[in-house]
Amino acid sequence: MQDFLQAYSWINMRFLLTGLWVTIEVSVISIIFSFIIGSILGVIRYMKVKYLSAIVGFIIDMIRNLPLLLIIFFTYFALPRIGVHFNVTVSTIVAMTIFESAMLAEIVRSGIKAVPKGQLEGALSNGLNFYQALWHILLPQAYKKMIPPIVSQFVSLIKDTSLATIIMLPEVTFRAQTIYAQKPMEIIPMFLMLAILYFILNFTISQIGSYIDRRMVS
Amino acid sequence: MWTLFTSHASEFFTGFGWTILSSVIALIGSTILGLGFALLQIVPNRFANIVGKIYIEVVRNIPLLVITMFFYVVVAKVLNLNGFVSGTIGLTLYTSAFIAETIRAGINSVDSGQYEGARSNGLSWWQAMRYVVLPQAIRLVIPPLGNQFVNLIKNSSVLAFVAGLDLMYQANMISQLTFDTFGPYIIVAIFYLILTLPLSYYMRYLENKTDR
Repeated sequence: MQDFLQAYSWINMRFLLTGLWVTIEVSVISIIFSFIIGSILGVIRYMKVKYLSAIVGFIIDMIRNLPLLLIIFFTYFALPRIGVHFNVTVSTIVAMTIFESAMLAEIVRSGIKAVPKGQLEGALSNGLNFYQALWHILLPQAYKKMIPPIVSQFVSLIKDTSLATIIMLPEVTFRAQTIYAQKPMEIIPMFLMLAILYFILNFTISQIGSYIDRRMVS
Repeated sequence: MWTLFTSHASEFFTGFGWTILSSVIALIGSTILGLGFALLQIVPNRFANIVGKIYIEVVRNIPLLVITMFFYVVVAKVLNLNGFVSGTIGLTLYTSAFIAETIRAGINSVDSGQYEGARSNGLSWWQAMRYVVLPQAIRLVIPPLGNQFVNLIKNSSVLAFVAGLDLMYQANMISQLTFDTFGPYIIVAIFYLILTLPLSYYMRYLENKTDR
């Protein structure tokens, strides 16, 4: 028999919610970094700078096609071998930022590409230089269209922070495992609670995302 | 690095094989399930729509790891499944929600006149789907489906959490055996890229072709 009442005691819930907060913290920091880095890389890729864009493009494609779990392992276990030491939290943030920047760069690149060509031509023939056109004309239009894919990328980032349990980041999935490892009676309640917590967090974010998207489009 | 690879070649290739097997099983399973849930969302039946919607929203918003661990810790104990099977089931269910969304988007982007035309020519709902809408949707859906398959291959690395014998699991094993925390991961990364890079480049090629 599974013990729901005991499982959802205040001590357990506080333990889980603290973990959820770690999840949120790590996610938000990674989102901010990867949004900035991803945008810069995406623009570099769009601009077709000689050599630079090709190299950036190749690295992005490599990272995008690797499992995030592998990148987490790599930043935590392999980087110390070449003298770079991070603690668990920083490792997770670095790994998430590397991976998600590559994903966002691709979204940004295709977002800018999807802006009609006439916009850039019009801006340039009105006397703006390329960077002004990019900043004032292309990017604002591109970001408006990119809201849905960016939001769903952020949702998958939040879900993917659970992979950091493997390097023992004390986030919500790891904490749930800690609880049910000690008390087999609380396995199912813990999974249920994990599902509920993640669902509430991610569903809220995707709803906010689609609300903003609707407001922007209309 | 090369000696590491040659001395553990059988482990690496075993992992490669299990990764491919799990990805292919999950691909077939999740495409069938995904098509089912996509159709469930558009059949003219309010109850079925809601069921489809709930399944997709719930599965999409929960981490793959949680789903996989659930199958490994709870279901596998009851049904006596090993790590590979429970991991692959988790992977299949998780991916099916994304594939259902992709297929539904594809069906929605087929011009509604096609469906209306088919119905007014006397085809039933199912015939209209089967002979008119789905064949057109498939063409639109192939590039995003391919990208889902790339994600699926990458996601199959969660099998490492449940002793699923895949590439990532083998990398951990070899790394623990040889105390080398660098080499095994680089080699495994190359194996993953062999699977995913050609596929994602081909999908990009297809996308560019349909854009034009």
